[in-house]
This record gives sequence, structure tokens and C-alpha cells, in this order.
Amino acid sequence: MVQFRLPPNSKIQKGKRYASPIKGQRMKLFQVYRFDPDTKDNPRWDTYEVNLDECGPMVLDALIKIKNEVDTTLTFRRSCREGICGSCAMNIDGTNTLACIKAIEDCRGDLKITPLPHLYVIKDLVPDLNFAYAQYASIQPWLQSDTPPPPDKERPQSQEEREKLDGLWDCILCFCCTTSCPSYWWSGDRYLGPATLLQSYRWIVDSRDDATGKRLDELEDPFKLYRCHTIMNCTNTCPKNLNPAKAIGEIKKKIAERVG
Amino acid sequence: MIKAYKENRPLSPHLQIYKIQITSFLSILHRGTGIILYGGAFLWVIWVVALATGPENYTKIQAFLIHPFGLFILMGWSFSFFYHLCNGIRHLFWDLGVGYDMPTVRRTGWIVVISSIFLTGVSWTLGILAGEIFS
Repeated sequence: MVQFRLPPNSKIQKGKRYASPIKGQRMKLFQVYRFDPDTKDNPRWDTYEVNLDECGPMVLDALIKIKNEVDTTLTFRRSCREGICGSCAMNIDGTNTLACIKAIEDCRGDLKITPLPHLYVIKDLVPDLNFAYAQYASIQPWLQSDTPPPPDKERPQSQEEREKLDGLWDCILCFCCTTSCPSYWWSGDRYLGPATLLQSYRWIVDSRDDATGKRLDELEDPFKLYRCHTIMNCTNTCPKNLNPAKAIGEIKKKIAERVG
Repeated sequence: MIKAYKENRPLSPHLQIYKIQITSFLSILHRGTGIILYGGAFLWVIWVVALATGPENYTKIQAFLIHPFGLFILMGWSFSFFYHLCNGIRHLFWDLGVGYDMPTVRRTGWIVVISSIFLTGVSWTLGILAGEIFS
């Protein structure tokens, strides 16, 4: 249901302010969303002053610096720190991206960091993605073929057939796109969202997959697929520069084409 | 499961923090202008009914429409018409699978905005020149 305002328990209150122990030439304020599940308190904005002279270039570097040197309770997901694992997806400076490949320099003024939008928060910058993962599982993201593979090699694919998967296999499932989509905010319980639909298209166009018809049947639903209104926030925000909106458009086209 | 989450966990901010972009702004403008067109259709019916029921009612509705506030409504309505039309054409191209890359999305977005302002201006200029408005 469309609810534009945050529920009462989600309203963000003023939090603490932490000054940098060592001052430098380049100081920046980081406003970070904090939520502690062990208290009954609402989420709050904590402000951290960071000396950029002693900090790496990326937003993740600053978060790690804060956690190491200022406030060990700050909680966030991170792993590869080079934009391939998708763990540190969060909203930085108003758009969803990966903290590890977002340069601090590209953000003007105070830097606001919040969890991925319109999800239930487990702690601080860690949102609950279980439902999104369940939606991903629902599209059966694995190869479904009617024939067994050749006994001595992998299933062959021509170069053209393989090229159709470019820009689709590259998705790291960080869900930046899905949680940037206002339509997913309002109908996320039934609309699959851009990340899952892009993954679905990845199997629909795979020449080795024989379940195309079944996959399209599953998606032909007013909510699962057609809650996409081509808002284009997904493509605009994808940290890997992929195009989920185009993948969704191609699915819609395939369904229209088979109707004839 | 969702209910349990709702009770215990806060919802992360969405509209409150997400930066307004040309993508989402033009999308919500499309929805908004669609609603205005719907409302405008009622105004149209009121005008036609007034016309059909005689000179007295017609004079009243004309007086309202020629008032600066009425003109503002009409201008908003005509802009809504042209914006919804132009952006609708943009949507038709998307439905054909064309124009999804971000540079094209930004370019066609601006083309839609500028052409709907231009078409609104042209139609009002023609209306004024033809003596239909301010006569």
C-alpha cells in the first residue's frame, strides 16, 4: 500500500555528534543513519567528523575509519571493497550505490548515508533483504533444459547467443536498483523489482534454457512484471552501469510478441 | 513474516532521502498530468452543459474561465495535455524496446519537457491571434 510517510517507529531523530580526534585541512561531516535493535529507540542521525587527509578516497574507507577509530558500534555490510560483491550497497548522498566505489570527492557538502530505501532495518546500515532474496528464488534462477548436456563437454553456445547474456550475467544482486524504484516501494510485496526481473531475463534469453514459455507465464501478472512503469530510477542508479529497465522492457516485448 | 518485521523493525527512509532525478520527476509528472487531464474532462463537461443550458450559465462559466485563475487552470490543463501526449510517445518508444540507455533517457526527457512547453505556447499564441482568447 502506498504510504508516503515513515511509520512512527521509523522517524529519524537527532543523534550524537563525534568530533575528529585529529584536525586536518580537509574535514567532512558524515551523517549516518543509526538504529540499535537492542533499545526501543527510534533510528537517529549520528554525525561523524572525518579528516579526509587521513582517509581513503571512497565512502567505504570513511565508514571503516569511523568504525576503527571513533565508534566501533557502527554496523554495515562490506566484503570485497572493489565493487564485485554487492555487500556495501546503501543510499549515499540521495542515491543507491556501492560505498566501496563511490568517491567521497563526488559528494558535495555533508554526506548523508542511509540503508537501502524502504526496507526493514536490522541494524544501522544493514537492511533485511530476505524478502528480495525470496523473490529472486521464485524465478528459479538456474538452467532448465529438456535435454541432458553432451557427455564430454559443456552445452555449446554460439558467440551471438553468448553475447545476449552480456549486461545480464554482470549483475551482482546488490539490489540498489530494486530499492531505488518507487513502484517497488509501494508494491514490493507483489512486484518483483528490477534486479529480480533482470535476472529472470538472463534465463529467458539464454539459448540453453528450455523453460522460456514457463518463465514468461510466471511473469505475466499485473504485479510481478507490470508494476514497472519505466520510471528508470533503476538504470540511473545501477553501480555496475547495467540496464534493468531495458531487460524488463524486453520481457514485456516477448510477452506481447507471443500473443501475436 | 512481514508483519513481525513491521512491528519490530523500522522502515528505512525512502522518499525522505532519495534524490529527485529527471527519471523519477518526469515519471511523477506523467502521473500528475494524467490526473489533471481526468479532472479537466469534468471541466470540459461543465462547460458543454453550460453551453447547452443557455446564455446565462454560459456567461457565468466564461466569466470564470477568463478570470486570471481560470486562465491559469486552462493553461495548466493544456500543458498537461501536451506533456502527457509527448511523454506518452516516449513511452511508446520504450515499449518498442528503444531508448533505454541513460544518455537517451535524459535527452528524450528534455525534448519532451521543451516540446510540451513549446506546444502549449504555440496553441495559446494561435488562440490569442485568432481572437478566441482576450477578445
